[in-house]
Amino acid sequence: MLIKMTKASDIKSSEITPKAVFDDRRRFLKTAALAGLGFAAGSIAPSSFANEGRRKKLIGIEPSKWTQKSVGEKLTDYESVTSYNNFYEFGTGKQDPLTYAKDFNPKPWSVVVDGEVENPGTYSYEDLVNPHTLEDRVYRFRCVEAWSMVVPWVGIGLADMFKRFGPKNDAKYVAFETLNDPDRMYGQRRRVLEWPYREGLRMDEAMNPLSFMAVGLYGEELPNQNGAPIRLVTPWKYGFKSIKSIVRISFTKTQPPTSWNMSGPREYGFYSNVNPEKSHPRWSQAKERRIGEFLKRPSLMYNGYGEEVASMYVGMDLNKFY
Amino acid sequence: MTQDKLIQRVLKPLVWMLCLAPLLGLAGLAYTDGMTANPIEFLNRYLGEWALKFLLSALMITPLKIVTGWAGFTRFRRLLGLFAFFYAVLHLLSYVGLDQFFNWKDIWTDLIKRTYITVGLGAFIILAVLAATSTKNTIKKLGGKNWNRLHKWVYVAGFGGCLHFFMMRKGVQAEPLFYAGFLALLLIYRWLYYLKKQRQRAGKTAPAAL
Repeated sequence: MLIKMTKASDIKSSEITPKAVFDDRRRFLKTAALAGLGFAAGSIAPSSFANEGRRKKLIGIEPSKWTQKSVGEKLTDYESVTSYNNFYEFGTGKQDPLTYAKDFNPKPWSVVVDGEVENPGTYSYEDLVNPHTLEDRVYRFRCVEAWSMVVPWVGIGLADMFKRFGPKNDAKYVAFETLNDPDRMYGQRRRVLEWPYREGLRMDEAMNPLSFMAVGLYGEELPNQNGAPIRLVTPWKYGFKSIKSIVRISFTKTQPPTSWNMSGPREYGFYSNVNPEKSHPRWSQAKERRIGEFLKRPSLMYNGYGEEVASMYVGMDLNKFY
Repeated sequence: MTQDKLIQRVLKPLVWMLCLAPLLGLAGLAYTDGMTANPIEFLNRYLGEWALKFLLSALMITPLKIVTGWAGFTRFRRLLGLFAFFYAVLHLLSYVGLDQFFNWKDIWTDLIKRTYITVGLGAFIILAVLAATSTKNTIKKLGGKNWNRLHKWVYVAGFGGCLHFFMMRKGVQAEPLFYAGFLALLLIYRWLYYLKKQRQRAGKTAPAAL
């Protein structure tokens, strides 16, 4: 990783007007003018600026083979990726996470690693991340609600991180947990789900080259509403599998319980691989709306990552193991 | 100004404007990019929620009349009910025309496979029938008693609307429960009032039986 030496005379990054704000100044003026008229006051707080000033560039990022070119699609713009989120810990509305995660301070952060593993313990964020080189990975992201994005994540291959923990042969699954802290996570004051949020993968899924531990997006640290400071990304599964703000990683012998499966076992299975053939009681999964587009497009088996992942599910009845 | 004129010339136009305010609000949100990154979904949910709000407001009229003793409230019931139907029409149109883009095959699959959509359409059909029979002429044609009986279906529509909303959301979310709780409160109030009336009637007839 590059170490950047700073001189006292250097412009601090916090002093530089973020590009988005600069580009957005016209809209800001428009918004401000309307606010001045008292038009729909309150509802037009310019949400797009909530992030500004906190955005931190990550340095020393290496490219990976998962580039925008390899996906072959336009990136979903930063605004949409960071203002349209399902993160029920901060409220159930799509814009709630942006609003209510604003003051969430993810640092210092630590992650407990336990279970069937050679090197258990409490790892600080720095312990987890610093030994690795950060990678850029552009992945499709498909929500179970039939919308999707293309996101340039920054992070670490999950297998690389796990190799340092040394999972034992008995470790057949891995369980993840999100922070449970209603004082800091407003949405947890209501029992929409049984907190803490839990997710899990089969060991071979976790070690698949696609599985990714993200610490950033668009070359910057993860915004709070996207699961700061560290989250999972499994692009061939529905978005809810990509658990956010992880505080615990447990290696287990048996299949761990997962939040949405506990809440609605008929609707959400343990695997939750993107599967347009398997219709969901609430949403047909045959199509999806890419954020920013008008017409829906057909959804792809394994969200288009069949080449990398299909072999893990050979011989499994996907109607039963959904 | 007489009460009738006050209602006709001041209150009715005022309520009309209030009923159209959500559309103005929508225009404001559209102008300020306030419709989220998924405006089609946002529009659909926004219109649906307003349909439900107006439906519950129409159901609030009788309790309000009883509590305040002002009979003038009933003059606004049809207006609110028709606005509930108006927003329900827009809500449905946004689903058919924007979300599904007139893909009738997919719409049909949704209708038979996704229970919350079946329930929603049921509530919509009830509202359509009630809206179609809301004129003074139909009241005359059907007779007050029959018309009243038909329009009791509004409770079923209210229940259907709340259920539709609850089933659409993932997990146990607060907003749909709030709407359902409000509907329950209105119904409990009416029921208690009905019991009280019954007791009063029984009290009056009891001495005669002696």
